[in-house]
Amino acid sequence: MNSSFSSPDLAKLPRPELIDDSPGAAFTALLRKHKLSSDEYATILEILGRTPTLAELGIFSAMWSEHCSYKSSRVHLKRFPTEGPDVVVGPGENAGVVRLSGKLCLAFKMESHNHPSYIEPYQGAATGVGGILRDVFCMGARPIANLNALRFGLRSHKRTAHLVENVVKGIGDYGNCVGIPTIAGNISFDASYNGNCLVNAMTVGVIHEDRIFKGYASGQGNLVVYLGSATGRDGIHGASMASGSFATNEANERSTVQVGDPFTEKLLLEATLDVLEKGLVVGLQDMGAAGLTSSSFEMAGRAGNGLYMDLDHVPVRTTAMSAYELLLSESQERMLMVIEPHRWDELKAVLDKWQLACTIIGLVTDTGRVQIHHQGKLEVDVPVAPMTDAAPKYERPMRPRAKLEDNGTSFNKIVQDAALQRGPEALLLAALRDTGDKETVYRQYDQHIGTQTVHGPDEQGAATLWVRSEWADPTEPYLGMIAVAACNERYNRLDAYHGGAHAVVKAARAVAAAGGRPLAITDCLNYGNPEDPAVMADFSLGVDGISKACLELSVPVVSGNVSLYNETDGESIAPTPMIGMVGKIGDVRSSPTAVIKEPASLFLLYPKSIKPEFGGSLTAKLLEQPLRGGVAPKIDWHAEKESIDFLCRSIGDNLVGACRDVGDGGIVTTAAKMIVKTGLGLNLQIQAKELAGLPELERYFGEVSGCYLLTLKSGSEPKFLQLAASLRYNAVVQAGHVEASTVISWGPWTTPLQLCQHAFTSSMI
Amino acid sequence: MKRFTSTGTPRIGLIDFPGSNCDKDCADAFWRHFGIRLQPVWHTERSLPKLDAVLLPGGFSYGDYLRSGALAAHSPIMTEVKSFVAKGGPALGICNGFQILTESHLLPGALLRNNSRKFICKPVDLMAGSGESVYGRSLAGRRLKMPIAHGEGRYYVDDDGLRRLKDHGQVAFRYVDQAGVPSLEANPNGTRDNIAGIVSENGRVLGLMPHPERATDLLIGGSADGLAILESFLSSFM
Repeated sequence: MNSSFSSPDLAKLPRPELIDDSPGAAFTALLRKHKLSSDEYATILEILGRTPTLAELGIFSAMWSEHCSYKSSRVHLKRFPTEGPDVVVGPGENAGVVRLSGKLCLAFKMESHNHPSYIEPYQGAATGVGGILRDVFCMGARPIANLNALRFGLRSHKRTAHLVENVVKGIGDYGNCVGIPTIAGNISFDASYNGNCLVNAMTVGVIHEDRIFKGYASGQGNLVVYLGSATGRDGIHGASMASGSFATNEANERSTVQVGDPFTEKLLLEATLDVLEKGLVVGLQDMGAAGLTSSSFEMAGRAGNGLYMDLDHVPVRTTAMSAYELLLSESQERMLMVIEPHRWDELKAVLDKWQLACTIIGLVTDTGRVQIHHQGKLEVDVPVAPMTDAAPKYERPMRPRAKLEDNGTSFNKIVQDAALQRGPEALLLAALRDTGDKETVYRQYDQHIGTQTVHGPDEQGAATLWVRSEWADPTEPYLGMIAVAACNERYNRLDAYHGGAHAVVKAARAVAAAGGRPLAITDCLNYGNPEDPAVMADFSLGVDGISKACLELSVPVVSGNVSLYNETDGESIAPTPMIGMVGKIGDVRSSPTAVIKEPASLFLLYPKSIKPEFGGSLTAKLLEQPLRGGVAPKIDWHAEKESIDFLCRSIGDNLVGACRDVGDGGIVTTAAKMIVKTGLGLNLQIQAKELAGLPELERYFGEVSGCYLLTLKSGSEPKFLQLAASLRYNAVVQAGHVEASTVISWGPWTTPLQLCQHAFTSSMI
Repeated sequence: MKRFTSTGTPRIGLIDFPGSNCDKDCADAFWRHFGIRLQPVWHTERSLPKLDAVLLPGGFSYGDYLRSGALAAHSPIMTEVKSFVAKGGPALGICNGFQILTESHLLPGALLRNNSRKFICKPVDLMAGSGESVYGRSLAGRRLKMPIAHGEGRYYVDDDGLRRLKDHGQVAFRYVDQAGVPSLEANPNGTRDNIAGIVSENGRVLGLMPHPERATDLLIGGSADGLAILESFLSSFM
């Protein structure tokens, strides 16, 4: 094959049959199948000046799907704070980029693959990992870490075990084969995900600040090159599937789930980084959702150009595919590239080395239109600009949920009484089981490849990587990256605004507890049906809550993804704005773990405004109390900022041995999790004067914001307490001892360690 | 071990297959700890450069689609590796590299899917074999900690083969428990006789499932025991 490619005289090409849009049941069904409204169809007619072909209708359907166009969410996403001194690339590109040290930057993003994973959990989860990896490496970044956040229905639900097993296997098999360590994540179980699990995958890559690549189809006469796997019928309409709700009988959706091939992904990764480093391409874009369609329109759109493509040249893995199918297929591990014609031989040599098929399928033109030929006909002739400029944008009606009058006091009392009835010892066991050990999960993930993992999932906190790079500031030989994903869906169900803020501050606390300074976030906004005004209000409030937290903590949003229509048979999931955060630590040697490995005194760092709550708490969930009762813990921004700074400083001074932010199930559950696998016992006694007078149960199980449990390195107590004395909004008290014993005792209660271990390690069963 | 100066640097070929993914980690470990730059050798090569030793890294060569290491064993470069080994050249195969060595019949036996049917990534304790087994350098009785990460690491060899391995002191590493015993509990994947790694009869070819290159810094995984294995590999030709 040579590098010459010419287009036929398009004016002479016949068009295929146009769709029949005469009013009637057939046309209504056609629009419904494409999830287009009649208003949107009217806009299509206006843009084209004629009736569309079926392929064109498919293109509009995909490009204007919620998944690709963010039509319900765009007006809200604008409110995110996206700027900061370390931001190199903000939202709108394939991934966000933030500076870590010197010229060394992190490119990262999180993305959902919820609907495919519910239908076919193994492939759905695997291709979710594949997609987010490509988003990162097609910018020229080498992926160094994967994270994932999973939400399943109750353990007792009939589908849960099947989904967990296969989602986990899918994530592991894909990431392990490509050779990217899976270093952190979170899993929880809640009834609202019974019919709609969440699979959110995040990738972090490293990139040189001056070598960030963006996907532009520039240069008239340049060649459009197809790279990677051949196209099949898998995944047709994936984007619009992700933009609709499930009915219980989803069996007929199965054909829309893509099939992943991590080996090809690995080749694609190496080949892509190779051609970008050699400067062989001018544009490059992953064929992700809506495949060839979205990649070609997006690249042409960014460059303000047109494209001509000949589908007869697209490599196929099956016969008799129509233009419609070729354009909408979401076959995995494919890329679209734009190259200068004289680069073809060099490019071909690189791709041959990696045994990847590449084919010239088109040209960059100056028409401002995407024109597509297939088997003698001009199947598509659509102007590029209106595809995005005239894309639907909705300000959907919102109706915020009624606020409960209760300030939490009466709910807290109810939960406390129920807890006493259950027995605090039993409650601790239930809490340990519910939030317990994920070892059976992460053992299936390669956590160490890349040999940078200082703290992985075994340490139970945010992950710490020792990032060795010649691009980093040479004065930081032990430079580290800290990454975490966090979201508490129960707080979000209670109050979408505070829930969003809590997700960000929880992530920031996890980063700080590992010694990191938070740098930036990516988000995966999982919500229900946007056509429900209450859900839309939740979404808007969630965006505001996240924005508030980002502003308070000076942590911008640099990339993200929206997943709506997470509902089944009219039941929406709890709002789940998953936050992925990266942070920086100057010296990984000082990074504490979230588990305590040797006997030590335990300290509690807490805001002076501390007030434990049971609204949205793990305790309320375990005791089957109302999901919308009470209030979530209040966030004291002064205290949160101060404690994050304080931790970064004292960890930087190498004073802290272990550190963990207090989370689900309150102080006792968090403390127990820090020691339960080590074989050490615990004597926990909380003496904070701000908590004096509170019932014991509230002190130990009540949930709080801005608290940390920590131990100190030997000999560093005087210096630490001296530093702590200058705290204005926070205080430090000793909270007991980790010691050689066979029990966990707290307040007046005692639970045998062995029972705690059993509960904790049976979490995933 | 001392870092090498520019003269007399050992020449170690890093055999790269499409899908190899521990190659960079190996190169990084040899460079940081020994000052040795590994020389990448692509799988399509039909001759080896002048080398002192070859290293086959972990990964998923050719996607491991047929059977782990099976396709790689038939690649052009393996013909060269085989003749290099036949002349007494030292070779080290880690994880997928071990699988390629058994598939190429440079080491006896086979590596089968873990009995849990699941990929397993975790730190393990190893006990070095009793003979003068690893490249003629005795690690006998050494306890070493390092991670495994594989889906097909269950070593299998028939009764005769096992007896031969034992008779010739070819069992290089066994999985052991806290007490140093190769117990059932310490066996991560159902491997025969707790075998984690073996050497060829002449002691010049070592294959093992655990990853020594991932245990070269206390900061990472809390163990630098992998260095002992890499050092014994170096000692085989230095």
